[in-house]
Amino acid sequence: MGKRFYYFLLCTLTVSFLFGFAFSEKENKKADQNQKVDQCFTCHKEIDNLPKDFSENDIHRHANLSCSSCHGGDPNSDDQDVAMSPSKGFVGVPKRKDIPKFCGKCHSNINIMRVYQPRIATDQVEQYYTSVHGKKLLAGDENVAECSSCHTAHSILPAKDPRSSVYALNVPNTCNKCHGNSSLMKNYNIPVNQLEEYSKSVHGIALLKNKDISAPACNDCHGNHGATPPGLKSISHVCGTCHVSNMEFFNATRMAKAFEEQDFHGCEQCHGNHGVQKPNDEMIGVGKESKCTDCHSEGDKGYNVSKNIYSSLTKLKKEYDTANAKYLEVRQKGMNDVEIGFQLQDAKQALIQSRTLIHTFDSVKVGAKVKEGIEFSNKASMLAQKEIDDYSTRRNGFAIATLAFLVFVIALYFKIKDKEKKAS
Amino acid sequence: MKKIGSKLIDWIDERYDLTPVRNLLLHKKVPEHRHSVWYYMGGVTLFLFLVQLFTGILLLLYYRPGEDSAYESVRFIVTEVKFGWLIRNVHSWSANLLVLFAFIHMFSVFFSKAYQKPRELTWVSGFIILVLSLAFGFSGYLLPWNELAFFATKVGTDIVGVVPVIGEPLKILLRGGDEVTGATLSRFFGIHVAILPAIFTLFLVMHLLFIQRQGMHEPEHFKNLPEEKKKYIPFFPDFALKDLLLWVVVFNILIFLALYSPWELGNKADAFASAPSGIRPEWYFMFMFQSLKLLPAHILFLEGELLGVLFFGVAGFIWMLVPYIKVKHRPNWKIQLLTLIGIIIVAFIVIMTVLGYIL
Repeated sequence: MGKRFYYFLLCTLTVSFLFGFAFSEKENKKADQNQKVDQCFTCHKEIDNLPKDFSENDIHRHANLSCSSCHGGDPNSDDQDVAMSPSKGFVGVPKRKDIPKFCGKCHSNINIMRVYQPRIATDQVEQYYTSVHGKKLLAGDENVAECSSCHTAHSILPAKDPRSSVYALNVPNTCNKCHGNSSLMKNYNIPVNQLEEYSKSVHGIALLKNKDISAPACNDCHGNHGATPPGLKSISHVCGTCHVSNMEFFNATRMAKAFEEQDFHGCEQCHGNHGVQKPNDEMIGVGKESKCTDCHSEGDKGYNVSKNIYSSLTKLKKEYDTANAKYLEVRQKGMNDVEIGFQLQDAKQALIQSRTLIHTFDSVKVGAKVKEGIEFSNKASMLAQKEIDDYSTRRNGFAIATLAFLVFVIALYFKIKDKEKKAS
Repeated sequence: MKKIGSKLIDWIDERYDLTPVRNLLLHKKVPEHRHSVWYYMGGVTLFLFLVQLFTGILLLLYYRPGEDSAYESVRFIVTEVKFGWLIRNVHSWSANLLVLFAFIHMFSVFFSKAYQKPRELTWVSGFIILVLSLAFGFSGYLLPWNELAFFATKVGTDIVGVVPVIGEPLKILLRGGDEVTGATLSRFFGIHVAILPAIFTLFLVMHLLFIQRQGMHEPEHFKNLPEEKKKYIPFFPDFALKDLLLWVVVFNILIFLALYSPWELGNKADAFASAPSGIRPEWYFMFMFQSLKLLPAHILFLEGELLGVLFFGVAGFIWMLVPYIKVKHRPNWKIQLLTLIGIIIVAFIVIMTVLGYIL
């Protein structure tokens, strides 16, 4: 059995090895053939004539699309005249005005696109032609942005890829390539300081400095393919996509209508646009930084409402700060802070809601919420004070205990001395 | 009162004959010299162990091990239970002071050469007690189930996993699985309140009996004195009274620390949260932790961390066997070789601990 078994084992291994070798050879040949198919890439690489922005990581290249998929021609032929012959469908570099349709050949065709991403949108080109960029391109202006201006031509990456030119963190700089170019923008009478303003804004700091990709970039307000400046009516909708309650409160007021009549830009009127800053309580009221006094003056109803709202808000803020300071003291002393923390959370929530309710311009509504917040703050303060008092009691207890220990230690000391004296 | 006490002792003596106990207590005399202060270090360590025992039992009345209850029960202890804050903080502070005094006691014994014949086993049992104290500290640290403890335990048990062959199985045994989970907490609780106390008590009793039986060690300069110049005090009650005095002072300091520098409970452990900044082990593990951190990734063909762990393991073992290491005494040397090694070890521990906190 022994010898036969070893012969059998040897034969099996030899056959497996030969079969495996043959199979791998076949696979290699197949792979080589695939490589040979794209003659465009092979030749252009050889003569060092690949596009300037060419990247091996391009999404199309990863999807096994060849140059000819976009530019046409015959990728199987190594003869330049045949490969780049119009009879083979070669279109070469598309003209700028044709680029949206050029990309749209595939990107507007759901049957093609669903092969790569079943849920991908295919209305980009349609949307594009509704945008200022698209309209101007149709009108013959070739300075405006088309697909490749934002996505690049040969190093396109998915928008979720941090290396992509349209990744949230990169969008402001991508838009700024044109919108920060003064010679390009002077023809349209558009300022070029948007990125500078945005970088200092609450949104810009969140996105560019804190790398918080949930913060809005240019496209979140202006749209992507359908990029258009928000109009007078749409501005509160734009901001309202994130700041929902503020928008709802504002739209339900008489002020919204008055703003429209006066051609005022909803949210932007008080908060600004690209340079929007973190709002503060001084924006309301009748002080130097007040936005209300831009339109309202002493004696009118709006002036008094603003004054009342400011007074309520600052009162709650003061009570909250007092309670919070006591809470921190309680924590620092290692006392029970659990219930105080809950009360303070509610107080803070009421403070946030009161600030949001400013957009109702109704001092009664703000006042009611402020009252709620003050109650929570006071309760937190009261509980914190109790803990601080308890801490004092503990300290007194410690002082008494130390005194008792001291008496005991002194007594022990004399006892020891007495013993030593007796012993000597 | 005194009469009742004597009567009670007489009553027991009549029935059980207390002579051996009396002899054990009364025969011991403590030498009095300029280094006598080090004799008290062991006593303070013992006192702190008793504090641990007492406060630990009280904590057990309210502590509930488990992922969903450990943190909550400790919070309940420090916020709702009357004097719970005091008991928990005294327990935590006393644990730290215990390790500190155990180290001081060990090095004082080392530098006074008290470990030499015939006290070899007192040294070995003492060293085992120190290792068990460290194990107490490591297992107890996780019990509040807070963020810092969770990640420190993760790092600590990861280091155990580095040991070749037995490391990985030991890590899984300690954790009760691949990761630090509720199973680890249950294990650590069992180890902290049952396994360690049982072994610890055994070694402690041995250690105390050895000391009581052999009496206090007399340093070289004291031994060389003429008999009439040697001064002794009886262990009981004279030395015991001095011990008591020190214990009361230490106890007062403990309460002071518990009140003015309470141990923060922090946030509840969350396995899915990112590790908080400043994860570091308890101070008494810091010198080892810092050394491992400073080691290069690879030393020759071995991983740096593995080499560090092996080094500390072997060094600890040799340290335990110090009484059996014979080093030739050189009268012309100002500092003897073993003393020099001891000084280097103390300096290493102090420097690495300080570096661990400032780097």
